[in-house]
Amino acid sequence: MERVPILKIGDILLVSIQLDMSDQTAVQLQEDLAERIVDTGCHGVIIDITALDIVDSFVGRMLSTIASISKVLDAETVVVGMRPAVAITLVELGLSLNGIRTALNVERGMELIAAAHADELDYQLDDDSDAETATP
Amino acid sequence: MALSTEESGRLAALLSGQNERVTTRWTEIVTSSLRGRLSQAELRRQVQDLHSAIVATGEQGTIDLSADNAGELRAALSELSRGRARQGFSATETTISIFALKDVLAELVQESGGPNALQDYVAFSKLVDEMGLFTFESFVRTRESLIADQAEQLLELSTPVVKLWEGVVAVPLVGTLDSARAQVVMERLLQTLVDTGSPYAIIDITGVPAVDTQVAQHILKTVVAARLMGADCIISGIRPQIAQTIVALGIEFGDIATKASLADALRHVLRLTGVETARRPPRRAV
Repeated sequence: MERVPILKIGDILLVSIQLDMSDQTAVQLQEDLAERIVDTGCHGVIIDITALDIVDSFVGRMLSTIASISKVLDAETVVVGMRPAVAITLVELGLSLNGIRTALNVERGMELIAAAHADELDYQLDDDSDAETATP
Repeated sequence: MALSTEESGRLAALLSGQNERVTTRWTEIVTSSLRGRLSQAELRRQVQDLHSAIVATGEQGTIDLSADNAGELRAALSELSRGRARQGFSATETTISIFALKDVLAELVQESGGPNALQDYVAFSKLVDEMGLFTFESFVRTRESLIADQAEQLLELSTPVVKLWEGVVAVPLVGTLDSARAQVVMERLLQTLVDTGSPYAIIDITGVPAVDTQVAQHILKTVVAARLMGADCIISGIRPQIAQTIVALGIEFGDIATKASLADALRHVLRLTGVETARRPPRRAV
């Protein structure tokens, strides 16, 4: 069976989908990804769909599921590299991929995750300082 | 509708026998109908081409416009109508050049007399009618292809995507937005976003004369598609009347940023990207 490789770059897991997704491949990818997020403790997942010519409701649902799984494991998911033709088709189909963040390319996706993570860190630091000042 | 072999032969003989007189008279009639918008020399050349084409076809046997041997005649006729169509002549002014041959033939047949003069003239005039119709049709074809070319050029001309700033592109929409143009605009904008890697796009609708639900739908689709690809769109250039129409029609732009002018939209994007736009202190008089 074909598997989709998952690459670790710094604090981010990069998934580049290069083949037509079947039910089995999708389930396998979800399992693998969940395991890798827990193993590595990464805070971001980038799914690169540059190579996909066709994104149908099945792939759309798979992306949503992956985003939800990652969210539970405290990792931000960004879908990158969607082609113009794919975007137009999705709009015509009425699929807006709610709850999924998107970016133009991998680089922008990494920036987005870095920014989101930095915000989170700031927020936590603020929390800590508040806690310190609150306790006498 | 084809001429018989004898009739064709007689027509060819009639026309070639008085070559000089036919072309001169023909050119005269055409010149007076066009009121000097084409030079006499050019008209004479066209008439001579037609004349020799008819004679050449007639000498080969039957004259039938749809037959293979009339290729030269057909070419001469469509050449004439193409030229006229491109120079902006009307359909009447074009076909009258062919129908003028009838007057010339009437004079010639009357002079030559003969037992079957009337029959000949009816047959010749049928051929001229056919030639006229053929000319008219190729005139219309030329005009139609001109219109199609122009529509295509319009489509290309009217949808440029310009780069405003590092990572910011703009589409100044001009003219009415129908489905075909909306599709072209959408594709070009999304492709430019990919090519330049710009995360922001401004759609400026200053030049769109009216925004109805359909136009709004097209714009919204473009914005949603850009979002799917990971870019943000801002709509700018909304004129007061258009704002009123949008509200009256109940069109919801949701969380899409809308600005009154392109400058406002650019300032908004620059603020989002973190570029400082401080006002310069007024210049001191020297």
